[in-house]
Amino acid sequence: MIEISNLSKTFTLHNQGSVVIPVMQGAELSVARGQCVALTGASGAGKSTLMRMIYGNYLAASGHILVDGVDVTKAEPREILELRRHTLGYVSQFLRVVPRVPTLDVVAEPLLAVGVETEAARDRARDLLTRLRIPERLWSLSPTSFSGGEQQRVNIARGFAHDYPAMLLDEPTASLDAANRETVLSLIEEAKARGAAIVGIFHDEAARDRVCDREIDVSVYTPKAA
Amino acid sequence: MTPLLKVQGIEKRYGARIGCRDVSFDLYPGEVMGIVGESGSGKSTLLNCLAGILTPDTGEVLFEMRDGAVKDTVTMSEPERRMLSRTDWAFVHQHARDGLRMNVSAGGNVGERLMAVGARHYGHIRDEAIDWLGRVEINESRVDDRPTAFSGGMQQRLQIARNLVTGPRLVFMDEPTGGLDVSVQARLLDLLRGLVREMGLSAIIVTHDLAVVRLLADRLMVMKDGHVVESGLTDQVLDDPQHAYTQLLVSSVLQV
Repeated sequence: MIEISNLSKTFTLHNQGSVVIPVMQGAELSVARGQCVALTGASGAGKSTLMRMIYGNYLAASGHILVDGVDVTKAEPREILELRRHTLGYVSQFLRVVPRVPTLDVVAEPLLAVGVETEAARDRARDLLTRLRIPERLWSLSPTSFSGGEQQRVNIARGFAHDYPAMLLDEPTASLDAANRETVLSLIEEAKARGAAIVGIFHDEAARDRVCDREIDVSVYTPKAA
Repeated sequence: MTPLLKVQGIEKRYGARIGCRDVSFDLYPGEVMGIVGESGSGKSTLLNCLAGILTPDTGEVLFEMRDGAVKDTVTMSEPERRMLSRTDWAFVHQHARDGLRMNVSAGGNVGERLMAVGARHYGHIRDEAIDWLGRVEINESRVDDRPTAFSGGMQQRLQIARNLVTGPRLVFMDEPTGGLDVSVQARLLDLLRGLVREMGLSAIIVTHDLAVVRLLADRLMVMKDGHVVESGLTDQVLDDPQHAYTQLLVSSVLQV
């Protein structure tokens, strides 16, 4: 489902003396349907960078990233948007939404974008918000005014609303209480059971051991300082 | 899928000065493209060339008509272009006064565009106008007021209603949120996003506000000195800018 070969990434800071910082070289990764792979490595090793490249958010310097047959490194913007709409989900650490939109609609939006009927989409959103213990009286409010933990759970609900065949999870269990952490882990297990290919960053080792089939230490792809 | 708009080699000079130069891109149905750059970078010149307000010195602007025929809007006849700008195209100006008739009622402003495409039944026109005022959150009781009696934000929303009432397929916007205060901006953005999605509109938005493009645009083009220096997926260009100028632009945004 996700195939990465010989991927490298550099950042060129034109306004800071044109410093070129190589951050990744020769990365390889392959994730099949129903598999969950954890990215590990110290802070700054390039876990988030790799994840953002898979999502098309960062440009690759060279190499290939195939997600369901689409090469993200070469695809047109509209092809990447299409891929994100139907195939590739991403749960980031931070919620980014339009002000004023009610929580229920924020969660239902990914489903509406793939053509699900409004009521069916809202039902699914209600179901997820209930499971993640967001009180019903908050559903009609915009999540911008919620606490950090609540925002994160809204973000997770939104990320799991549509059954994406491939998913990227950036610290999905960070700063959650035990009950909600358990819900998120079972959501991940359910996604795996229906055949989703998942790449995740988990600092929570117990969570990683429970849901991940393999670990990839990205620091082996970090270019050594010359 | 074929592009709705195919732009090839657009160049516009003002005497020896370059307005914009060598601009080419394809816009597909349902796509929203943002054009950013500092003032004087040529973004408004480009928009005006695309929308038939200015005539480019060279280049083609190929538009796919409703019947599937592709026409170069630069060389088409004036009546044909005027018809297009009343039906399939819409232009939202930065200053609502430029896009509204200030001495005609709000309902009249919306209804006028309907009449331009052949609507004649007064009752229907009025109902349609009221419906659109509601969509842009202007109370029905204001339908007979003139825009001069409206606040800046309301004028801008009225301009949008006037433009979208004929169900255009391509909307040009020049700094649609410029000059509005932040809370009004958020409301307008939310509204525009909803309308773009519901109606499946394609749009080209010129702005210098990066937050606006992040919310509204699928794709981004960055202009400097009349040239396109970088283009791509909006979040990619903003989060991993490649060109020196884009990096400067992104890093210059003040954090709230």
